[in-house]
Amino acid sequence: MKKLAACALIAIGNLAAQALNPKLLTKPLGESWPTYSGDYSGKRYSSLTQINQSNVKNLALAWVSRVAGGAETGGGRSGAGVPTIVGGEGTNEVDLGPFGGGTNVRASILEVNGILYLSAPDNAWAVDARDGRQIWHYFWKTKGGTHIGNRGLGMWGDWLYMETPDDYLVCLDAKTGKERWHKVIADLNLQYFSTMAPIVIGNHIIIGTGNDLDEPGYVEARDPETGDVQWHWNAVPTKKGDPGVETWGSLDGARHGAGNVWIPGSYDPETHLYIFGTGNPSPAYTNPPSRAGDNLYTCSIVALNVDTGKMAWYYQVAPHETHDWDSTETPVLIDGDFHGKPRKMVLHADRNGYYFTLDRLTGEHLVTGKFSEAANWAKGINKKGQPERNVAKDSTVGGSLVSPNSGGATNWPPATYSPDTGMLYVPTSEAFAMYYLTETDPRGAMGLGGTDEVGVGTLGNYLTAIDYRTGKTVWRHRYPGVNPYGGNGLLTTAGKLLLGGDMSGNLLAHDPATGKILWHSRLGQVSNAPETYMLDGRQYILVAGGDTLYAFTLY
Amino acid sequence: MTKRLRTAAISLAWAALAGAQTPGVPAAPRRVAPPRVIAPSYPQRPEADPAALDRGKALYGAQCNFCHGSDARGGEGGPNLLRSELVLNDKNGEAVAPVILNGRPDQGMPKFPMTMAQIADVAAYIHNFPVGGYDVSRMVPLSILVGDAKAGQSVFGSKCASCHSVAGDLKGIGAKIPDAKVLQDTFLFPGGGRRGPGGPVNVAPTTVTVTPESVPKVEGRLARLDDFIVSLVEADGTPRTFRRDGDNPKVEVHDPLAPHIALLPTYTDKEIHDLTSYLVTVK
Repeated sequence: MKKLAACALIAIGNLAAQALNPKLLTKPLGESWPTYSGDYSGKRYSSLTQINQSNVKNLALAWVSRVAGGAETGGGRSGAGVPTIVGGEGTNEVDLGPFGGGTNVRASILEVNGILYLSAPDNAWAVDARDGRQIWHYFWKTKGGTHIGNRGLGMWGDWLYMETPDDYLVCLDAKTGKERWHKVIADLNLQYFSTMAPIVIGNHIIIGTGNDLDEPGYVEARDPETGDVQWHWNAVPTKKGDPGVETWGSLDGARHGAGNVWIPGSYDPETHLYIFGTGNPSPAYTNPPSRAGDNLYTCSIVALNVDTGKMAWYYQVAPHETHDWDSTETPVLIDGDFHGKPRKMVLHADRNGYYFTLDRLTGEHLVTGKFSEAANWAKGINKKGQPERNVAKDSTVGGSLVSPNSGGATNWPPATYSPDTGMLYVPTSEAFAMYYLTETDPRGAMGLGGTDEVGVGTLGNYLTAIDYRTGKTVWRHRYPGVNPYGGNGLLTTAGKLLLGGDMSGNLLAHDPATGKILWHSRLGQVSNAPETYMLDGRQYILVAGGDTLYAFTLY
Repeated sequence: MTKRLRTAAISLAWAALAGAQTPGVPAAPRRVAPPRVIAPSYPQRPEADPAALDRGKALYGAQCNFCHGSDARGGEGGPNLLRSELVLNDKNGEAVAPVILNGRPDQGMPKFPMTMAQIADVAAYIHNFPVGGYDVSRMVPLSILVGDAKAGQSVFGSKCASCHSVAGDLKGIGAKIPDAKVLQDTFLFPGGGRRGPGGPVNVAPTTVTVTPESVPKVEGRLARLDDFIVSLVEADGTPRTFRRDGDNPKVEVHDPLAPHIALLPTYTDKEIHDLTSYLVTVK
């Protein structure tokens, strides 16, 4: 009996050491990183101050850890005998990475009670946050699906959740990496693929999915214990009488209108609203009669009641979008002054090059700005604050010179907001492309078809600081170099630091007020947004570069 | 989706293709359409019996074509079948059979009294179409020439003539680059969508001049530039690297494509089309 009691105590001790206390999820970002954006707000602003402007120049490398995907990695090169736990319904045993490019961590990493939990398509790892030692590796044998990325894991108590490219939700035991169950979340035959980091809110696991054919994008709440569906929300109307169906040329057009949900949203615990962005309408580049209209609720910021899945409000940032610019970039929820009055707001910098401030309670439009200087596809801003599409800049037979390219003025790499400066910091690309229409039969195109896009140069890549009150750019830093391409996610801290990778493989620390560079370290590659956490009284800065994690601290 | 990754994958594919070319042989004119083919990530169907396809084609032509289109992408009243959930989840006609046999009276589709064998043939025919956005077979090489050559000549005068001449460096450009689309993309950004070998014209490498305070200036091919480091390779092959501290040393980048990039925000599409229509006449 005594022995049993001791065992039980140890078990409880382990539980306390491993499990995620749900209260942590509702706190502002501090010592841990328990969800995609660190906290629910999407701000990626940490209250930690140990590393700050005065001492950032002394940052030192604490550890490096390399992970390797696939079934037979022996636990990866840093794992020294750590077993790989293999699951999955498919037959593939090698790490596909994004398009065969190898293991690449382009995701948020969770930090809970001293353990890091990270992912890449088909792979999840637990790594000791104190020294980078690998604890377990889980590999999912895939049936297929587009392996473009995996944006991270969600955590509920002792359990982790991962979406897979072949459309499963996999539940793992955080202690051991052993699989508890997996559930189908979308139909691979319909060419769905799933990338989103699950977001855990109360007893809901929020998932999202999409495809590059013409099927509806959707959000679901799943039961954390069983994986069963609690509610389902389609981004487009799918039956007669559905709201928004009048914004499509036909019901069939609406039912095949996409609005994919690739990237996690944010959550407002006060109003119980889950606020996220939807993808572009489909076919992405052409205008068949079946998609005549504004195409709700594609390219929209949408607020759903997290308990019911019912829509509270929406704001469409791009009616009838025609360049494959998803509006899925994580909305940022802030409380702040707006023209002399306190206001609860949503900030969103869109792939289409425009910036928006909305009221968080109602979805009321407050501000539209243009953070991309090159963006040339709109002819103005309408009364609702929406950029008005210039039809002549759709894909044409002769070719239309358009900025942004289809990668967008910004993309999934997350923005950050600092309440110290009142600025939203956005990775920005100013690339041009020729958009050629190759399918003149208006019925014909599906998905991403009907167009040929040819990149024709870029004005460069920037870090842009935007004032949410005006939508105007306060400062920009141009990353030097010729024809740089891409953009990296960002982090701000109460230590008055703005951190992110440049185009040359440096991790940089800027002064968020001015953009001045205070510190850098050349890692060779930066592939995700930096994060921060605190252990044993020591603050760490964590970033991924491809298959390698780097942690910095002060000694 | 994060198109950046997809584009990167395509460019990798192109790099591989470029690398496969025989050294010393001039690069072939660039493609009409990019190879936007995603690896077979989605369930592939077993190859159908050609006889069944023939029978299915005949049946489809007689019974289905009018409403659903000869390419099954929709027609007079009937929806696109290729993206239909029912069709995508059908294997050998078993899922579409009830619809064919019973019709969809509420949507105006009549019944078709076919045998199960006939339905399997029709299904095989429909399943034989490639499904997905990147269907290169449908990217017909349309003529992109929609401009006015005469107007293009004056665009040339205002935008290009300060650096180029159709009697000099661009002599015969319309014959050298016979594909008008490639020609258009090339004058917008010589070297193709991305820099590197394999394009229809050779673009000189970007060079850099570094002027430190105490030592003579150094020039060479730019190898790397960020906020902290500038690296170059001198004419004799010597690699040089300098630490940067703000404006010290002075770093001047000479990008041969800078004038082309600077033009990008200034063009109207009409100017681009007119210019192309003019340049194709420069034989």
